[in-house]
Amino acid sequence: MSTTTLEKTESAQVPTPAPRRRSRRRGERGPLGHALLHSGLTLASLIALAPVAWLFYLSLGPDKDDYLHPGKILDSLSFSNYSFVLEHTAFFDWFKSTMIVAGGTTVIGVFVAATTGYAVSRMRFPGYKPLMWVLLLTQTFPIAILIVPMYEIFSELGLIDTYWALIVINCTTAVPYSAWLLKGYFDTIPFEIDEAGRVDGLSPFGTFARLILPLARPGLAVAAFYNFITAVGEVAFATTFMLDDSKYTFAVGLQTFVSEHDAQWNYMAATAVLIAIPVSVFFYLVQKNLVTGLTAGGTKG
Amino acid sequence: MTVAIDRATGKRRGDRAPRPGLGQRIRNGYQKYWYAYAMIAPVVVVLSVIVGYPLLRGAYLTLTDANSLNSARTIGVNHIAATYKFIGLDNYKDILFGPTAYDRFWSHFLWTVFWTAACVFLHYTIGLGLALMLNERVRGRTFYRLLLVLPWAVPTFVTVFSWRIMLADSGVVNQFLGALHLPQPGWLEDTFWQRFAAIMVNTWCGVPFMMLSLLGGLQSIDSSLYEAAEMDGASAWQRFRHVTLPGLRSVSSTVVLLGIIWTFNQFAIIFLLFGPTGAPDAQILVTWAYFLGFGQQPRDFAQSAAYGVLLLSLLAVFTSFYFRWLKRNDQLAV
Repeated sequence: MSTTTLEKTESAQVPTPAPRRRSRRRGERGPLGHALLHSGLTLASLIALAPVAWLFYLSLGPDKDDYLHPGKILDSLSFSNYSFVLEHTAFFDWFKSTMIVAGGTTVIGVFVAATTGYAVSRMRFPGYKPLMWVLLLTQTFPIAILIVPMYEIFSELGLIDTYWALIVINCTTAVPYSAWLLKGYFDTIPFEIDEAGRVDGLSPFGTFARLILPLARPGLAVAAFYNFITAVGEVAFATTFMLDDSKYTFAVGLQTFVSEHDAQWNYMAATAVLIAIPVSVFFYLVQKNLVTGLTAGGTKG
Repeated sequence: MTVAIDRATGKRRGDRAPRPGLGQRIRNGYQKYWYAYAMIAPVVVVLSVIVGYPLLRGAYLTLTDANSLNSARTIGVNHIAATYKFIGLDNYKDILFGPTAYDRFWSHFLWTVFWTAACVFLHYTIGLGLALMLNERVRGRTFYRLLLVLPWAVPTFVTVFSWRIMLADSGVVNQFLGALHLPQPGWLEDTFWQRFAAIMVNTWCGVPFMMLSLLGGLQSIDSSLYEAAEMDGASAWQRFRHVTLPGLRSVSSTVVLLGIIWTFNQFAIIFLLFGPTGAPDAQILVTWAYFLGFGQQPRDFAQSAAYGVLLLSLLAVFTSFYFRWLKRNDQLAV
């Protein structure tokens, strides 16, 4: 922040232009500014929405080649793809697997990340710096180096094709960033609260569980969201480690519609829409906390 | 017993007292820090078992000629022991300087660097632009924010398939371009357009994270700084240049680093956009390494892991330079 003041004093030394007559107060815009702002945001929103909306539209067309002539879909709108996917595919198996994996990752991951985040936020212990480094460095580990040895280890342990394998792997990628994020959030909670808790006779664990966790709910929500979407979106390990098609997660199951020989885009689209629903619901539950949570995590690093 | 608040009391590790003996120090340390160690234990254990050990084993694999034909495997009830042998640094020599080094490693390396730079630049500039717009007092901004975060909320593999349909030869994008009498590129066939499409889709997926993080950063800038700047007669551009950007510095340095790491290792988008075997020239190093290890027969485990080691070293070197650079410029957020 020292640079800020430095640059400000510098710019203050530059001869300031004669004060202009200002007709508008700060934060107000003219009609042109308003129009630009709204059109910019609308355009960006449309671009953000388009692929998802298009997928939904295609999911209503009954034929697998409908994406080539989308105009035809309007004449034959139906939910037949949905009923096919729900009745004749392993959709509910995939749903169950995904929920087990994502739910397990979220619960275990957030708990573990929270204790770590609290420890690095409040305590200075030998090994603090290396731990922060390792948390950052695990983000850089490419799957290419880990996936082969992990495959060997998990097959020796008999964990290939089990949910535990995926939960543990997802935790290793999601926890370091969540811990980092939560450290930032815990830093914003005044240390006096800890002191008060300790004076009243709580152990550090008690302080953490009874005072800090309830206060950190927005941060925990963001961490939970991050864990959840990381687990749901994980492709490489789920593709490689899950062999039994009743245990596929959505990320693997969805690929089965698009094999090299046959692409059933209509069923794929319907399934994709069905997948997007639970994730979006979860997202809307936590979205109010997203900006606050990321702010603390981001600005404090 | 004041561990939990020793930052508030101003104690630092650097504060030197006469050093007690080793045994005493360990006992003191245990009493003083065991809460901290108990709290970080799960992460340390999981990371060392699930990441550290495979890492070492992977590093060893790169020194062998392991592939799917000579590794330990079980066929039916028969267990076949591994027969691969130690070959030293031959894998690295082959990857970096072998006869196919350019086709297999260096061309992918150059493309990966370009891909990372282009994607992170686009993520950051577009994310910052949108964050600035969302930070204005404007009607319906919660609604806009919800829509703009959508690409982040819907799982990547869902939206990548959606892009694949839209970019297909006669998909909606080309139909739209055709209606405007513009050329209709083969998005998923020509190398140039494949790369273009990959960057476009990744940008679309990555902007929301940047946008939200930077929005958080913008909201934490003290508004009195803007008032002061305006008092001094700073123009909008000067306020942006001298108040907004410095105020965003710490959040920027963090998200840019994460963005670079995540983009460099971005697997799902390229893997799913072109299918497991498609578009050899649009593969970045990570997906290429996966292809070597799992996408071909026989599976070349050793070379795949060697790519992994190379990638990891590249990122580790980059990260430490980045931190040194940040420290020199006094922008460190950690």
